[in-house]
Amino acid sequence: MTATTTAPLATSPTRTARQPSDKLRAWATRAPLLPALIFMIVVTQLPFVATLVISFFDWNALYPKARHFTGFDNYQQVLTDADLRHSVWTTVLLTVAVVVASLIFGLLLALLLDRKFKGRGFVRTLLIAPFLVVPVAAALLWKHVLYNPEYGLFNGLLHYVGGPQPDWISNTPLLAVEASLVWQWTPFMMLILLAGLQSRDHQQIEAAKVDGASDWQVFRYLTLPHLRRYLELGALLGSIYIVQNFDAVFTITSGGLGTANLPYTVYQSFYQAHENGLASAAGVLVVIGSIIIATFALRVVSSLFREEASRA
Amino acid sequence: MSSIAVRVRDRRKGAGLGLVAWLLGIVFFLPIAWMALTSFHSETDAATNPPSFGAALTLSGYREFFGTGGGASPWPALVNSLVASVASTLFVLVLAFPAAYALSIRPVKKWTDVLFFFLSTKMLPVVAGLLPIYLFAKNAGMLDNIWLLVILYTSMNLPIAVWMMQSFLAEVPVAVIEAAQIDGARLPTILARVVAPIALPGIAATSLICFIFSWNELLFARVLTGVVAETAPVFLTGFITSQGLFLAKVCAASLVVSLPVLAAGFAAQDKLVQGLSLGAVK
Repeated sequence: MTATTTAPLATSPTRTARQPSDKLRAWATRAPLLPALIFMIVVTQLPFVATLVISFFDWNALYPKARHFTGFDNYQQVLTDADLRHSVWTTVLLTVAVVVASLIFGLLLALLLDRKFKGRGFVRTLLIAPFLVVPVAAALLWKHVLYNPEYGLFNGLLHYVGGPQPDWISNTPLLAVEASLVWQWTPFMMLILLAGLQSRDHQQIEAAKVDGASDWQVFRYLTLPHLRRYLELGALLGSIYIVQNFDAVFTITSGGLGTANLPYTVYQSFYQAHENGLASAAGVLVVIGSIIIATFALRVVSSLFREEASRA
Repeated sequence: MSSIAVRVRDRRKGAGLGLVAWLLGIVFFLPIAWMALTSFHSETDAATNPPSFGAALTLSGYREFFGTGGGASPWPALVNSLVASVASTLFVLVLAFPAAYALSIRPVKKWTDVLFFFLSTKMLPVVAGLLPIYLFAKNAGMLDNIWLLVILYTSMNLPIAVWMMQSFLAEVPVAVIEAAQIDGARLPTILARVVAPIALPGIAATSLICFIFSWNELLFARVLTGVVAETAPVFLTGFITSQGLFLAKVCAASLVVSLPVLAAGFAAQDKLVQGLSLGAVK
């Protein structure tokens, strides 16, 4: 990062200037930053503070006059309510399954794409495409066009080989949601891991091969350690996005059949049940979960960031 | 083993693995290809088992979707999505560009802390502020107003844009900026005439990625808009419950709504990973 070492050029002749003008200059440096900073604080931090406050109130929007302070009652209710507890568990299951599966597929595809072969650019484009389908559209595609038990593509293809004709969404609802998300998120993981593969030291790998290292040894002892932080980054960013997933759950199962995750539950408890206090408490719980993931994520990003900075 | 022997061995293995890569690429793309093909089939051909691959092609699915068959027209929703995505992207650029300047070219004190503050807001889930925003919009009479979405999408994309642009601007040579300063150019002039042209490819990629995220967004749009300001993803949720034979229509709808994202995504392909990883991966 070359910019960090830049001394403001205009200061050198006036270094001895009086205090006020130094202060003025400091604010002039800060000025371009302020609109963005203030905007972010107002639009993202204030609503969260409000959520925090509302979470301590018993407040059903249909009975606004009965609103009163209840301390931690909402949290207790969220944590003891069987449905809500189930949605916490669903969120964890959904996030972990999708992140792990798309990381594994993404790694395999990235390793394949890292080699030179005819039409590599085209294959890369084909593989990115699922990530570029609007999430609701992708969910509709899976729900109606692929999973439909009567005329969906999956059962159509099974028909050719004389296989069974399962009702995918009813039989394995959570797996159905997960599969569609894995399809969309594998390209994301692939792109991050491919960037990681391409930043390897190729001379080192060549040298190892000349010394007789097998492909597996090169992968195990050179590639994998190098990829570790890219895998972490993919896992953490993927978790942050998938913990928040609403589109797939809303579209494919409408939160039914035990697939309601926390974002869907929060949406439902205030948009349909009008339980503002409960929804806020659940929202705060989602945030706490995200903060735990985010702390790790920030650490990984900052270590990559520092490495880039020291390389420049 | 000699270096040449290693390369010969790798090349032989490469052909087989290249074939595997092609196969997997086709498998991953198959649902999209099938969606495209089905969108050009008649409803009766779209709903057969086994699937009718070679059925006659027709535009009836598209005619149905665009409302000439009697249903609601998707045009207002598509226009809303376009307004929300383009306007929020412009706001993001206006706010992010000077901020990125203050975080890279002429950095403020503790600029990394500020950068990480922006990133941390991205990790705050949407549901964390959804209810207060809804209540505020209701009281302020801003429900079902596309400009509310524009503001929210701006906040959703600003951290990504600040991170991306910060890394692009850091690549602008300091000497060029200093030369402009010596010539007496003022900050706005320097930003517009010197920095912007050099950082232009990065700025373009940033805009495309912001456009994609805004276009895709469902939760805010679903909760905060109704009949007037509904966006394309909200329009698509009308297809969640089955409506008899409607596969060709669903496919046409999904494809039309996804086209802008596919186009923007392929245009930004090279910078996509940098944007998605918030600038952490180059």
